[in-house]
Amino acid sequence: MAQKTPLYEAHVERGGRIVEFAGFLMPVSFEGIVAEHERVRTKVGLFDVSHMGEIEITGPDAVAFADYAVTNNVAALEHHQICYTVCCGERGTVLDDLLVYRFSDESVLLVVNAVNTGKILAHLKSIRRGDVEIRDLTAGIAQIAVQGPAARDLFASCPTFASVAAQVKHLPYYRFLTARLDGDEVIISRTGYTGELGFEVYLPASRARAVWDEMLDRGKVHGAAPIGLGARDTLRFEPGYCLYGHELDENTSPLEAGLSWVVKLKKEEFVGRDALLAEKARGSARRLVGLAAEGRRVPRQGCAVSIGGRVAGAVTSGTFSPTLRAPLAMALVESSVPKDAEGITIDVRGEALPAKAVPLPFYKGTVND
Amino acid sequence: MVPEDCLFTKEHEWVYREGDVAVIGISEYASTELGDIVYIELPEAGAAVQQMDPIGTIEAVKTVAELFSPVSGEVIEINQAIVDHPEIVNRDPHDEGWFIKVRMSDSSELDVLFSHDEYQEYLGEQEDD
Repeated sequence: MAQKTPLYEAHVERGGRIVEFAGFLMPVSFEGIVAEHERVRTKVGLFDVSHMGEIEITGPDAVAFADYAVTNNVAALEHHQICYTVCCGERGTVLDDLLVYRFSDESVLLVVNAVNTGKILAHLKSIRRGDVEIRDLTAGIAQIAVQGPAARDLFASCPTFASVAAQVKHLPYYRFLTARLDGDEVIISRTGYTGELGFEVYLPASRARAVWDEMLDRGKVHGAAPIGLGARDTLRFEPGYCLYGHELDENTSPLEAGLSWVVKLKKEEFVGRDALLAEKARGSARRLVGLAAEGRRVPRQGCAVSIGGRVAGAVTSGTFSPTLRAPLAMALVESSVPKDAEGITIDVRGEALPAKAVPLPFYKGTVND
Repeated sequence: MVPEDCLFTKEHEWVYREGDVAVIGISEYASTELGDIVYIELPEAGAAVQQMDPIGTIEAVKTVAELFSPVSGEVIEINQAIVDHPEIVNRDPHDEGWFIKVRMSDSSELDVLFSHDEYQEYLGEQEDD
């Protein structure tokens, strides 16, 4: 039986087309993927991402534990700072990609993909290290992403956030604040998955509907509307963000997927370090590339990528890019394929479409504004 | 070409009969399910088509679908407007968003298609799955 987020009824009332995703009934679109995509690129959109998992690690060794469990440097984070990272198994392949929020020396929060919440929880509990307590907070927490160039204006217009409006306005990228709003503990972070300026709000599930409605209502003047999972995917694709199950999985290393920047091999120990050190020494077998296909047919995940007629990889994500008005793909290809390789083709339903390599990201938005 | 006057396939094409010519498109259900359509490939005028053969491609942002010919015959006209502006199909699948016209070689093939009411019932069963 699929779960519902605290905002499920709101989505149905607003005409969202509902699909099952990672065990949750989620809206895939409202006004249409392209319109929603353009709204986030030019105005502001609201996403219900309450399906994401929140795992709290507390105790005297919380930071050291998290630092050991993930590849990025949690120990180097300041309080109220966040890092994007992956969590690898001993093979050095990706169990999940996630955000780590450092609250204090004794408290961190991991925000994981809905599809992997159970797996990561079990994985963390299998790591016997230090004095920590691990708790799954997912069910009690709703998460709303506010994304787009007008995101700051939206917060400024909502009475709920009046007491933190100035702090939100000046919140730096990958930092967060906590606040008590009408008695409820709320986290607001300067994070997102769209390439645009944006924030993510964590709040008690019981409060979600009222805040969601208020943000849509007060945000209307700034162009706010709800955005479904369809546009969430096209919006993350254009800036070249990885999606678990596409660019990342348990057979892919973060070095292959272009995430060496979150793998701190200089850390003395973390799960997967030996395998990743060995991979770095011998060179990764594959790397992630951007491809632009000729014509208007759209390459999709799984389409074979060939160089000079020989299969050298596969598409991990492919879509029609609403911003660039063209079919684009990310693909994992053999590392021996040169960056400026010629004679690339993508097998789209039996037809070899000529394609050319293009640098990632395909698009840079207002994320750092 | 109001839906009530059309016949439908299990693959969600509609057919509107004008004498021995079948006007063919995709149902509102199909256009909604596909989402924003970005590219349409159609057979050329003059092409011979067989009933339920794949004869075209409909690319949406998230997915792709094939167009199946509800009848056998010869393609006599294609709707160039939807090739140039695929979004027309999302906006108006039953009128401006028609796909092709086929001169039928055997109009008795229409007997196997759903009536509008049967199609609605069929959609209801799909939703229940």
